[in-house]
Amino acid sequence: MEPARSAVGLSIREAVHVLQSSEDGGRVLSALESLQRYLRGTAEPALPGEQEEFAAKHFAVVLRCLVGRLSPRWLQLSPGDRLEQLWDSFFLEGPADQAFLVLMEAIEGTAGPSFRLMKMAQLLARFLSEGRVAALMEEQCRPQMKPGFPLLQETLLSKVVSLPDHLGNHLQQDNLAQFFPQNYFPLLGEEAVQVLQSVVDSLRGGLHCSVSFVSRVLGKVCIQGRHKEILGRLVPQLTARTQGSCLWQRVCWRLVEQVPDRAMEAVLTGLVEATPGPEVLSRLLGNLVLKNKKAQFVMTRKLLFMQYRCTTPMLQSLLGYLAMDSQRRPFLIQALKELLETWGSSSAVRHTPLAQQRYVSMAVLICLAHLGEPELRDSREELLASMMAGVKCRLDSSLPAVRRLGMIVAEVISTRIHPEGPPLRFQYEDDELSREMLALATPRPVGDSPLEARSSSLDPVVAETPAETMEGSVPPAQLQGSDSELDSDDDFIPYDMSGDKELKSSKAPQYVRDCMEALTTFEDKDMERWEAALKALEGLVRRNPEATREVSVELARVLLHLEERTCVAGFEELRQRALVAVTVTDPAQVAEHLTSQFYALNYSLRQRMDILDVLTLAAQELSRPGRLGRSPQHSSVGPSTQCSPTLTASQSGSVMVPDWRVVVENRIRSKTRHFSKGSPWQEPAGGPNEFASVAGCFFFPLIHHFDRPLVTFDLLGDDQLVLGRLTHTLGALMYLAVNTTVAVRMGKALLEFVWALRFHVDTYVRRGLLSAVSSVLLSVPAERLLEDLPDELLETRSWLADVAEKDVDENCRELAVRALLLLERLRDRLLSLPS
Amino acid sequence: MAAPLAPQPPDPQFVLRGTQSAVNAVHFFGGTQAQGCPLLFSGSQSGLVHIWSLQTRRTVATLDGHGGQSVNWLQTLPQGPQLLSQGRDLQLCLWDLAEGRNTIMDSVHLESVGFCRSSILAEGQLHWMLAVPGKDSDEVQILEMPSKTSVCTLKPEADAKPGMPMCLRLWQANPGPRPLLLVGYEDGSVALWDISERKVCSRIACHGEPVMGFDFDSQKTRGISGSAGKALAVWSLDGQQALQVCHTHELTNPGIADVMIRPDRKILATAGWDHRIRIFHWRTMKPLAVLAFHSASVHCVAFAADGLLAAGSKDQRISIWSLYQRT
Repeated sequence: MEPARSAVGLSIREAVHVLQSSEDGGRVLSALESLQRYLRGTAEPALPGEQEEFAAKHFAVVLRCLVGRLSPRWLQLSPGDRLEQLWDSFFLEGPADQAFLVLMEAIEGTAGPSFRLMKMAQLLARFLSEGRVAALMEEQCRPQMKPGFPLLQETLLSKVVSLPDHLGNHLQQDNLAQFFPQNYFPLLGEEAVQVLQSVVDSLRGGLHCSVSFVSRVLGKVCIQGRHKEILGRLVPQLTARTQGSCLWQRVCWRLVEQVPDRAMEAVLTGLVEATPGPEVLSRLLGNLVLKNKKAQFVMTRKLLFMQYRCTTPMLQSLLGYLAMDSQRRPFLIQALKELLETWGSSSAVRHTPLAQQRYVSMAVLICLAHLGEPELRDSREELLASMMAGVKCRLDSSLPAVRRLGMIVAEVISTRIHPEGPPLRFQYEDDELSREMLALATPRPVGDSPLEARSSSLDPVVAETPAETMEGSVPPAQLQGSDSELDSDDDFIPYDMSGDKELKSSKAPQYVRDCMEALTTFEDKDMERWEAALKALEGLVRRNPEATREVSVELARVLLHLEERTCVAGFEELRQRALVAVTVTDPAQVAEHLTSQFYALNYSLRQRMDILDVLTLAAQELSRPGRLGRSPQHSSVGPSTQCSPTLTASQSGSVMVPDWRVVVENRIRSKTRHFSKGSPWQEPAGGPNEFASVAGCFFFPLIHHFDRPLVTFDLLGDDQLVLGRLTHTLGALMYLAVNTTVAVRMGKALLEFVWALRFHVDTYVRRGLLSAVSSVLLSVPAERLLEDLPDELLETRSWLADVAEKDVDENCRELAVRALLLLERLRDRLLSLPS
Repeated sequence: MAAPLAPQPPDPQFVLRGTQSAVNAVHFFGGTQAQGCPLLFSGSQSGLVHIWSLQTRRTVATLDGHGGQSVNWLQTLPQGPQLLSQGRDLQLCLWDLAEGRNTIMDSVHLESVGFCRSSILAEGQLHWMLAVPGKDSDEVQILEMPSKTSVCTLKPEADAKPGMPMCLRLWQANPGPRPLLLVGYEDGSVALWDISERKVCSRIACHGEPVMGFDFDSQKTRGISGSAGKALAVWSLDGQQALQVCHTHELTNPGIADVMIRPDRKILATAGWDHRIRIFHWRTMKPLAVLAFHSASVHCVAFAADGLLAAGSKDQRISIWSLYQRT
């Protein structure tokens, strides 16, 4: 062997020498041809031993030499493109790993755009397109004995995975489309499938193979965040090939097992996302969670508890995978227990974002759908305890979305855990989310693909419809049987029957006092009158402000205590509108009464919240500019009529009789000739803000007593829902008091209020506080803010910055950012003011 | 979804005014060639019977035979222009209207002062049967006419206590010779009497309130009844002469004063205390129209042979409607 090797070495050294030095085309060609003999698949090959030696020892030298000589002039040495072809063939036909490394090295070593760089880039593109990467990886899958092999493999790995980055860096604008990541990684996926195919083939042939290099490539690509591209190609192929072949499945399991721990999470996440359902996932992964600790951690904890980015189908795949094998099912039960524990923890309810809560809820429902009766029975007590805790703190929440989540999950859990007991039923509105969640909870047979499940769930519907239609068609047929006539009279088209309403026998009261009397009556026979009075009240109050003012407080008291005694449609709204009308008619008196009642004993939370709503609505109406649209005209007619009882008459009169001003103006317009017409200019209706004089009556009584708990009412304790409503109301009142003199005092009081409550645990309260801050910033004049409340502003600002960064609730963060922007604007305006 | 496409309910074809008191009974007469121009009879609260010509839409004559007491039932006999009127003066008068006469030919003294309308069964030209409320409050008396001989008195069993009869209907099944009587009672039940055996064949509770009016389709042996309550009940009679409730139809407002099926048995009309006339498809009971024209309770409805509908109301008007007519 020794002399033969040296003979090979000599001839090669000679040829390399010729290549390096000669400028003669003929000699170069013959030297290359002599070297080509050592490549595989040529016409007159050298001995296998010589080939191996060439590949192992001299190939890299030859390639480097070739790269070194590359220039346009050199390629022209011999006529035709024979030289170029030969040159290319060394890279494309020789051992792929060395060719690849030399190419990459040369590309990295060549600076700037040049002929050489482009030539090599094109060669690399050919290298890729001819499937040489597959050959490269295949080579790495063979058992290796060579020393220094791990190092080489490591280098290869990093070069293969980072090829798009390197090429992009070096070629800059001239980069080829093949090297773009969106093209390269799918190609890599295809090549990986080829490699796996050849691995399977050689395993069939009894040869030992290892897929660890492919696993490492896969892991590294996934870590780089290109899992979509590579798995998008890989997974469908694997899905198809693992379908009936155990060998393929084993190779596939091995592929995932060999992924380094570091990359396990990225690969598993990508796989869960890319697989169409739990069956496929189970086929691709096998019992990975049992063998690999890291995989177990990722699948049973990380994806479920530490993140919430999986989509619902991903969750279904993941949990379905856990449910599909008896050895994996304990993980599912464990996961359900832990999920429910998380779901039931009150701190999680308060401190995690809504999206995560929804995620956990969905995971719980999917787990339940997969688990059977006996499995649930074993841990019933535990599950029940977590559920009860969760339902309690969710129903306590002031956010409707959280409450609803609690209701849906509780309903499903209770029906699954207690199938024999009476079902738990909550009242919630049916919407897309609830339907989606309930659909998740319907158990489907294990081992059922989603597609099959869908068709099987469709089946009963399909079966039912014909039965139904038949049932529906039977009675007419029977009728026809008994009826000898043809049903030619079916073309009787019904007339519009929408006017068929219930007849009201009693007349509505005509006076406010009558209404009050009717509303306070307790005789059942007068129910119709009671209804009529309720319906008429708002109109009466608005038409008769004077009469209302005489009894306003009394009327407000009656309305506040009014209970729904018959099923009047829209009772709440009628009552609220009447209360608002009374408040608007006599703001000072009624607001004083209402605000005092807000902190009084013996009211329900509902009534207290009604008070807040009414105050807000009334303030809104009072502050609306041009509310008394006709008042300027009337004041010009005579201010004395404004407040006299004839006001109503003149108002109702003006509705029917066209105003004389309009008539006169029309007449003038018709008689006047205009030479040019400007755009019609409408003066916006101006008027005093009526809320200004009474804003204090609305605001201060509400804000003063919030920290004094009563026996029945503890704002800072359990009744945080009302507190949340109160903060919103105060914010709204502040906002409506814009341009009033009392706004500064209100702003000061409100900022103090906000400061006292700024760390409240309830999200709804915090939202209210943040919007209150915004309304302070909007309503109080900038100069006054800086002069009177500089310390408060600074404190608020730091608090806002904190909230904007750290709050768990997205809405809160957004509100805080808005308030900060308002502060910014305030500062900008002050800076731009000439001092 | 079809609601916006539904046409608006029609207006009455014409309205007859001038009774000057509430109209309690209406009845069509004639309309065929043999009987001359079509007429409408109306009985009013003030005891007058108005005869209206449907061509001129004016009163032809006014009959005053009940001493100012309300007239609550009108019926013509098949053998020529003779009219029966029942008043609350305890008289049932037989008027001769032939050749422009309007004289009382005969009268029957009634013994019940209730609101129950009578019923006749004309077997032949000369003999006919009359059912009137009897002396005791729960009795019905059957008279042979024109001899006025009492055939029998139908008194419910002692423990039945159905209350007063509220409406009567004599009829005869086509193949059977035995006359039958349907009675709607105060307790909301409808009973079928076999007159010759003087016993109740069948009795069903249709309503929770007194039956105020019913009509019976003897061809289909199905009937419909309205009560002071909020529902219409459709019941049928099977071969064994047993009544059974087919279904009930819920109404928007309670109180049906009268129910009438059109002679062609296509549609039926109800007179409602809620001032509205309701039209239903008789076979399917599909609601077809709600006619809101009157401003007070509608007391009576009647169909002419040609399908014209008349309704008399407490607001002293009679409205005439033409609905779903075969053209």
